Amino acid sequence: MKNDEIKILAIESSCDETAASVVVNGRDVRSNVISSQVPIHTLYGGVVPEIASRKHIERINQVIDEALKEAAMGLDEMDAIAVTYGPGLVGALLVGVAEAKAIAFARNIPLVGVHHIEGHISANYISAPELEPPFICLVVSGGHTHLVKVTDYGKYEIIGRTVDDAAGEAFDKVARAIGLGYPGGPKVEAKAKEGDPSAIAFPRAKVSDRPYDFSFSGLKSAVLNYMNGCTMKGETYNEADIAASFQAAVVGTLCDHAVMAIEEFGVDKFALAGGVASNGAFREAIKDACDQRNVKFYCPPPILCTDNAAMIGAAGYYSFISGRRDGWELNAVPGLKLGER
Amino acid sequence: MKIVALDSSGLVASVAVLEDDTLIAEYTVNYKKTHSQTLLPMLAEIQRMTELDMDTVDAIAVAGGPGSFTGLRIGSATAKGLGLALDIPVIAVPTVDALAYNLYGFSGLICPIMDARRNQTYTGLYRFDEAGHFVVVKKACAVDIGEIISAVNEKEEPVVFLGDGVPVFSDTIREKITVPFSFAPSHLSRQRAGAVGALAFVYYSEGKYETAAAHRPDYLRLSQAERERAEKEKANV
Repeated sequence: MKNDEIKILAIESSCDETAASVVVNGRDVRSNVISSQVPIHTLYGGVVPEIASRKHIERINQVIDEALKEAAMGLDEMDAIAVTYGPGLVGALLVGVAEAKAIAFARNIPLVGVHHIEGHISANYISAPELEPPFICLVVSGGHTHLVKVTDYGKYEIIGRTVDDAAGEAFDKVARAIGLGYPGGPKVEAKAKEGDPSAIAFPRAKVSDRPYDFSFSGLKSAVLNYMNGCTMKGETYNEADIAASFQAAVVGTLCDHAVMAIEEFGVDKFALAGGVASNGAFREAIKDACDQRNVKFYCPPPILCTDNAAMIGAAGYYSFISGRRDGWELNAVPGLKLGER
Repeated sequence: MKIVALDSSGLVASVAVLEDDTLIAEYTVNYKKTHSQTLLPMLAEIQRMTELDMDTVDAIAVAGGPGSFTGLRIGSATAKGLGLALDIPVIAVPTVDALAYNLYGFSGLICPIMDARRNQTYTGLYRFDEAGHFVVVKKACAVDIGEIISAVNEKEEPVVFLGDGVPVFSDTIREKITVPFSFAPSHLSRQRAGAVGALAFVYYSEGKYETAAAHRPDYLRLSQAERERAEKEKANV
């Protein structure tokens, strides 16, 4: 290997961010370029898959060029190209996958397909250079809610997952209902700061027989029912109290599951990942729970929590050194499961 | 000059390599629409069989639309990736132009029809003049099948139809057409990257090419969400 450094160009296009990054040895981020489509999708109140796919193809070369330029490296210095191939929006994923394959083919560079959630988890390797498996990771984003035991690099046991809406999805839906718009996460969080988290007792759903699984669709319905109830009675409702009480219910549920896993599995390290990990109330709650139990708490900064390619470069590195190589037939797999190929 | 040409705009996946007046290789598969898994392996196979050094390629030609949105993006993203990696331009050839170019030498009108669903077709009208030059009579468009048949009837001259819209619309054509017509034989009736590449040489000589970064498919249609939003805004004015 060149100078004992393994350099990876990573590409991510699974949802509404077009991203590219150069990562050295899995943890040293030389560039992390993200072109966000949020302003466009805001017009539609959520991500429109066809528009997302179209925007990816308009921006992808510029984003990759910028990532290489910022890292002051050329394609021929890359040891591998890592690309997200699932899960996500199929049309969006396909742009990154086709682009990555073509670049790798043209320059004869090894190709490594990366699982998007594995990327989110691996963001912690970037922000915490000392972190090594085993640890438990709670991945919470607009599309995913997974409680995962990371037993080794690239080895995962899923402890729990959502059976319906992802936590971030619930934030988006509630934000829409109380008129805050898209994206829901940051908007609900800001509004919640003005409200009383104990004002309304929203339910904290449990999934029968599967204590670690999550369910958030009932909570979203409870918020809508509460609002309808107020309207029918001719009462006004307080959006800030709704936001605060809803957020408290989500955070409470996530925290309960985290604590249960920490106690049952006896790990000494707990990590957060995914876009919702940027939520301050959520971070604080999990950090407090970890501190009380002498468990070391990890959480990447917001720039590594949102969809980005640096995390794909980190996950791709561990995949690459374990020997994984993908062929030119690599396809986008929208429903890819963690730990599957 | 060497060109790699790609077409994944419809059911067919096709890859070709051309050098000046010579078609070196062409690989066309009209089977299942799994372009993401087949297009690059097809290029890799051609590269292996023809000992192609990718560094000697001067431009990437791609069927730039219309067609299946996802299919177009697989072709375009592949073209953009090759263009980025090799630092060469992309020549986007309208899909229906390349289809018509399959029928070089035909003396009447050439009417490619692609199935665009909802009784619509991606189409255009073309001819070769007496000197053999390719003439665009009606440029690529998305219209109702009846509309293009009317346009053909108005020209009052023989026409040949081709494309994946033929099996879908042949009954409608037979019913409404008033001029002598025929359907192209199977070896000429679908997308072929060889035609995309051959026409790309013409486009390139006319200065019609772009950077890989600037290239994007020309869908000829807005996304459904954009269309609905535009309609809503119109209604609100």
